[in-house]
Amino acid sequence: MPGPFEEVVRAHGATVLRVCRAVVGPHDAQDAWAETFLAALRAWPTLEPGTNVEAWLVTIARRRSIDVWRATRRRAVPVGDLPDAPASDRHRDLDLWGALATLPDKQRHAVTLHHLAGLPYAEVAAELGGSVEAARRAAADGVAALRRTAPRWWHDEQDGDRAALPQTGDRS
Amino acid sequence: MSTVDDEAARLLAAVPEPGERAIADLHARLVARAQDAGLLDVAYRTLDAPVGTLLLAATPVGLVRVAFAVQDHDAVLADLAARVSPRVLAAPRRLDDVARQLDEYFSGARHRFDLPVDLRLATGFRRAVVEHLPTIGYGRTASYAQVASAAGRPRAVRAVGTACALNPVPLVVPCHRVVRSDGSPGRYAGGDAAKAALLELERPGGDAS
Repeated sequence: MPGPFEEVVRAHGATVLRVCRAVVGPHDAQDAWAETFLAALRAWPTLEPGTNVEAWLVTIARRRSIDVWRATRRRAVPVGDLPDAPASDRHRDLDLWGALATLPDKQRHAVTLHHLAGLPYAEVAAELGGSVEAARRAAADGVAALRRTAPRWWHDEQDGDRAALPQTGDRS
Repeated sequence: MSTVDDEAARLLAAVPEPGERAIADLHARLVARAQDAGLLDVAYRTLDAPVGTLLLAATPVGLVRVAFAVQDHDAVLADLAARVSPRVLAAPRRLDDVARQLDEYFSGARHRFDLPVDLRLATGFRRAVVEHLPTIGYGRTASYAQVASAAGRPRAVRAVGTACALNPVPLVVPCHRVVRSDGSPGRYAGGDAAKAALLELERPGGDAS
């Protein structure tokens, strides 16, 4: 029998929020976060014993974030309306959403769906239209552009400054 | 299976660390959504009281558990997860009324509780004992033997002691008013000192404030 769900929220709330914010930005992340934990709460009593809870939550968070991402895209939010990161984050680096906002739509969506939401390229292609190869190329072009826009992300590797994310998901 | 790739790791590292305040706001939102969806099976909060920090837990039916700090709140929550439902969330607002009535009780202003109670954790004879206890009024006591007779099993004096020790909602169901036949307080789940303090609080002319 699983333990009190409150412990799950306390242990993994921050990680789930990072995943949601990465995919849909800070504003819509609140919806995605609440949807993730509501879905997890519903399934919690019957969760298979021995399940890696964090990986399970990240998988749900990515799915819920993609749902929110789809709804947001249907509302056709112009790039200029992407939310700003709080001022206190600016010293850290060029913020993620600011950098993503500089990319052409197709590259931005491909990077978000593949690298942040964890979708394989075939599913990215299904979302965006076009071939799997085009999706792969758009993501690669996007990452290359981000390297130019925010080069510091790619130069402090020795610092081990990696996101605290579990190793999860089947990727292609 | 592959892993989060380099690009994902770098991009995620650029996501600002969520603050505690952000998580607290989201938690409140989750509680509200869970309640609306009928998924808040056990809500709980803690309350600082003169007998130490209390854990208060409620189901949609009513107050299901009151626990003293000496009973180990984490263990009590794990027990609730196993015996009631693992859908357990900290939801202080859901227990505002319980906390208010307990505050009034400890200040001497309240002599009886007016709360829905969920006695699902007390079954059989224990349930009969627990249901009888509220008939012992504020400031009064009854012996274990008297309660055994009143609950219909005059020889089950020890079982009454067990039922009191396992009372899921002490204070609100006043097992502290059950004492030994010689008038000495006897044991208490919240500790002997807590029982003495409660009897003193309720003693006519006692120091209530």
